[in-house]
Amino acid sequence: MPTMILRRALGALLVLSAPLVAQDTTRGVRIGLTYDPGSKPGIIVLPSRGVGADSIRTILQRDLDLGDRVNAIVLDAAALDEASRAATPNWAVLAKLGAAAAVQVTPTPTGLHLAVYDVVKKTTALIRDYAAPPMTEMRGWRAALHGLSDDLEESLTGTRGIARTRVAFERGGRLWVVDSDGEQVTPITEPGTPQSAAWNANGSMITYASFLPPAKIMLLELGTGRSRPLVTGGGVFITPAFTPDGASVVYSHGIDNGTDLYITDVAGGGGRRLSVGRGSDNLSPTFSPDGRRIAFMSARAGHPEIYTIDADGTNVDPLTPVEINERAFRASPDWSPDGRFVAFQSRIAGTDQVMTINLRDRGLKQLTSDGQNTDPSWAPDGRHIVFVSNRSGAKVLWVLDAETGRTRQLTRGGVARNPAWSPRLSN
Amino acid sequence: MTRTTTVLSLAIVLAAGGLQACRKKPEAAPGPVPAGAPVSDDGAAKRRADSLAALAASRRADSLAAARAAANEEGAQAALRRVLAQVVYFDFDKDLLRDDARAVLDAKAAVLAANGGITIIVTGHTDEQGTSEYNLALGQRRAAQVKRYLESKGIAETRMTTQSLGDSQPAAQGSDENAYQLNRRAEFETRNASGTLVRPKP
Repeated sequence: MPTMILRRALGALLVLSAPLVAQDTTRGVRIGLTYDPGSKPGIIVLPSRGVGADSIRTILQRDLDLGDRVNAIVLDAAALDEASRAATPNWAVLAKLGAAAAVQVTPTPTGLHLAVYDVVKKTTALIRDYAAPPMTEMRGWRAALHGLSDDLEESLTGTRGIARTRVAFERGGRLWVVDSDGEQVTPITEPGTPQSAAWNANGSMITYASFLPPAKIMLLELGTGRSRPLVTGGGVFITPAFTPDGASVVYSHGIDNGTDLYITDVAGGGGRRLSVGRGSDNLSPTFSPDGRRIAFMSARAGHPEIYTIDADGTNVDPLTPVEINERAFRASPDWSPDGRFVAFQSRIAGTDQVMTINLRDRGLKQLTSDGQNTDPSWAPDGRHIVFVSNRSGAKVLWVLDAETGRTRQLTRGGVARNPAWSPRLSN
Repeated sequence: MTRTTTVLSLAIVLAAGGLQACRKKPEAAPGPVPAGAPVSDDGAAKRRADSLAALAASRRADSLAAARAAANEEGAQAALRRVLAQVVYFDFDKDLLRDDARAVLDAKAAVLAANGGITIIVTGHTDEQGTSEYNLALGQRRAAQVKRYLESKGIAETRMTTQSLGDSQPAAQGSDENAYQLNRRAEFETRNASGTLVRPKP
């Protein structure tokens, strides 16, 4: 169970005493929490005072919960009320609640003040101040707080969180981005026919296809909001993806004889063909994190399956098993950021489901079964996957924790398509 | 409508007045007068009326014939344009041309061959099954297959452009096989086809 809700008042979590002495700790150092490695550490987000303090607490608690790596212990109103009147942690009560750590974030004139308490050692483990825009600049303010959440998760578990990430997707003829917690849905293109957004490695640019003839591969600079065509011409130009170094874009193009993968420099110049599909369709490239291999969809065996190919176009190899007389439809591959898996969609008994294949032993795993589930994209933690599902009716975005199977709805309303999870963002 | 009706009534009154004038001054009457007609006031007036009626009937017949001929030509032109615009349909996840599609394309090739100035844009479409990205590729393959077939029937490659809209513009709404079949198609647009089309030789 990811979230514990305590329904009874548990006494003061903080006892009134002398003000806490701040302790400097080095950024990035992991706090040595003592907990069973098989279970998730319990974390209590303590109330704080100041403008927006309640929002801060709610957002932080949610970030920790959605990260699926800690138990965000949610207190009831009475416990909160008592806690808010104290000034220093009540170690005994915190320990009784199952907390390995308690955190408190207080708004300051220039940003956010973070304090982390190690409940086991009964010490202040971390004090840090964060710059943040005024709360009225909601998108940037939330981004700063999400960044704090990710720092915190890294300190507590050794693995950085994914709160400060966004998901790009299509809806109603535009590309949008939504924060990882489902907030701040923001359009990033004008209305048109944008499709298949893909991020560069530092999250500053998005490449996408514009399929209305004449079809184009576009580059969008997120800082300025400006788009420009990278390649265009007759036929189709679809499914672009940045190389991990960000210098090139691989995409699919075809006019008279199927579609093949091509590569072109972001700086400009023509496309060079990578795949030799001989009239079949070859699209949806996704790079291994080291940039050496590309997984892609190919219908060269008569129906769509996932293949891999070297980045220079040699050594094509079927990844998903092609069986005789099988009419599988496997598509939309996405290579995991840790390099271990490729997620894709596969038609199973007439319905599309999200699956993964292990690159080492080629083991297949079906991750979804409720409704139709398509277009998976990995979060930068290599654990969460965003995908399109009609399980609740309309096709909207959902997030799945591949380790626990926990799912949550990310977007509401409208038909969403082709989500792409950003890398960790710094701006 | 009221205004139009009034104007028409006025025209009829004026025309009737004209006929009255004819009767009073037959020598000034326009139109052919039967040669050697006996000059008798009553008989002359009747013959004059008969001749005018015959003239009107003949003119009516002429214009009907002309209208019929024009209609035939218009019908033929419309038929030729329908052939150029006729959609071809495909099987699920296929770009192969079925017999019904070949028949449509054969007729199209004949019209295109007889009208060398016309160029066409072939747009491939798909149903909503599969990914929207794959469907753009599939739509392009369908358009390319149509182009290849027309080329094999002697239509110059340079007269044909292919493109795909994938599943983005369904012809029929719905998620059943009836809608899917109507959506798996190639559509045709023509350029330089505004003049009178030449009928292909039989």
